[in-house]
Amino acid sequence: MSQPESALADSRAGDRAGGSSPNGKESLSALAERHGLRRAIARPSLRVYLRQLWDRRHFVFTYATSRNVSKYSDSALGQLWQVLTPLLNAGVYFLMFGVIMGQKKDITNYTAFLITGVFVYSYTQRSITGGAKSISGNLSLIRALHFPRAALPLAYTIQEFQQLAISMGVLAVIVLVTGESLSWLWLLVPFALLLQTIFNVGMSLLLARVGAFVRDMNQLLPFILRTWLYTSGVFYSIPARMKGQPGWARFLLEFNPPSVFIDLVRHLVLTSYPHDLAKHQFPHSSLPQLWLYAGFWAAVALIGGFWYFWRAEERYGRG
Amino acid sequence: MAVAELTKELSQMAHPDEHAPQPGAADATPNDATEPGTPTVIVDDLHIVYRVYGAASEAEKGNAANALMRILKRQGRPQMKEVHAVKGVSFVARHGDAVGIIGRNGSGKSTLLRAIAGLLPPHKGSVYTDGQPSLLGVNAALMKELTGERNIVLGCYAMGMTPAEVKERYEEIVEFSGIGEFVQFPMSTYSSGMGARLRFAIASAKIHNVLLIDEALATGDRDFKRKSQERIQQMRDEAGTVFLVAHNLEVIEETCNRVIWLHKGQIKMDGDPATVLAAYNA
Repeated sequence: MSQPESALADSRAGDRAGGSSPNGKESLSALAERHGLRRAIARPSLRVYLRQLWDRRHFVFTYATSRNVSKYSDSALGQLWQVLTPLLNAGVYFLMFGVIMGQKKDITNYTAFLITGVFVYSYTQRSITGGAKSISGNLSLIRALHFPRAALPLAYTIQEFQQLAISMGVLAVIVLVTGESLSWLWLLVPFALLLQTIFNVGMSLLLARVGAFVRDMNQLLPFILRTWLYTSGVFYSIPARMKGQPGWARFLLEFNPPSVFIDLVRHLVLTSYPHDLAKHQFPHSSLPQLWLYAGFWAAVALIGGFWYFWRAEERYGRG
Repeated sequence: MAVAELTKELSQMAHPDEHAPQPGAADATPNDATEPGTPTVIVDDLHIVYRVYGAASEAEKGNAANALMRILKRQGRPQMKEVHAVKGVSFVARHGDAVGIIGRNGSGKSTLLRAIAGLLPPHKGSVYTDGQPSLLGVNAALMKELTGERNIVLGCYAMGMTPAEVKERYEEIVEFSGIGEFVQFPMSTYSSGMGARLRFAIASAKIHNVLLIDEALATGDRDFKRKSQERIQQMRDEAGTVFLVAHNLEVIEETCNRVIWLHKGQIKMDGDPATVLAAYNA
């Protein structure tokens, strides 16, 4: 049925094109070639894609900042919520796990231990949640403008990074108030968070593609992330829990990416934490080992996530 | 497709001149004196099929028991439907053309524009373009909670401008939009006309080779309508080809030198505005 129609359309358009071209029956593709026109849709090579992404860096940062600003613009306290939200979060978790359930016996400074875990974990959690929605929630933008689609999951992660920076300021105060002392290890915190950010970008890219084509992902994700939360040693110390358990089981829990980043930051920020582990003789991964794991996860997630996302570049927005 | 309809199409296609007298006539309007012949957009037997989610079928109510039954019975995703929006469209647009696209709701106008912009992949056939066509659709990037000022910057970056270009264009955008000191207020406080003006001002700040406009001129007062038509005219002169989708036929008549009438995803008529609009209104 479509055969005769398209043939007709072709011949007719050929006639119109023929109005100015010397040979009347030239095909449209030949006409396009003669004038150097190119197909409108094609996935750029990985190198070109990276360059396009770099060219859009201003958009990525402005988009992230704009989303953060517009998030609280309706409330009376406005941008103050950027600080209040992590503070209240810390308060709720402290009430729940510190006061009501009272898990303090192995950890000297449980308040700071818990809040570090909550902030670091929620950074990854929110990057993943945001990433999963970054394509499916921005279809109108994708269907209107040209830009490398990876800019969106990237912007969502950067938005969360801006939130994290504020959370870390709050954390520094909490840590000092609860009796820890400043140490030169604090200088390494940005590097740990950088590795986590790279990991988050990779995960966000991965989930962006999954979320774009598997519509049920956004319903499922909260459950997955909550399970991950409970296995990542946010509320408890994995070495303390796994004492007397087989070494491979402890390794498995410790090697889990969020646990790696959480433990890394705890080692750097809390002077009391390594002492606790040593005092109770809990077997645990050393600081250099944690750096190694963190670097491994960052590299794997970024390369894998980026490649996986880029492979479907021309299909985003199709529906 | 019904045989009768097909034969109608056949006779129409066999004698396109009945409706669209001389293709050359459109090209011969005064504005196109420079390089009348170079094609900028070639659409070759284009078919677009896209998927729609959540389209409820006949007896289906959106409750969980039904959803479960559906999954048990068919194991597919029956909520997904395919829509064949553009069916075998072919045409050549040239340097200096302002092509109006008309048709009823759902005739595939916006889909066709998105396909020309390279935002929807063709199911079959192809679109060839000179450079990257841009859809005048910066709206999607803007955030109504933010001030006009922030939105101008955001919109310009979304279109791929550099910070230097944004700085250079900023005053011009504010002035063209005519929103004055409202630029400091959130866009949610704007009237619909002000919003439309700002969006058009941002979107048209960039120089486009091939510009695609989807219903952008529907809002705005008389004065702004005139200004935006001048801007489109200017873009035609400078750049290349402008495509315009509008339900307001007056706008099409005043702006375009060629009109394509889409009907159910196919070209029903293609020619100079007076002829096509007369047939469309008949």
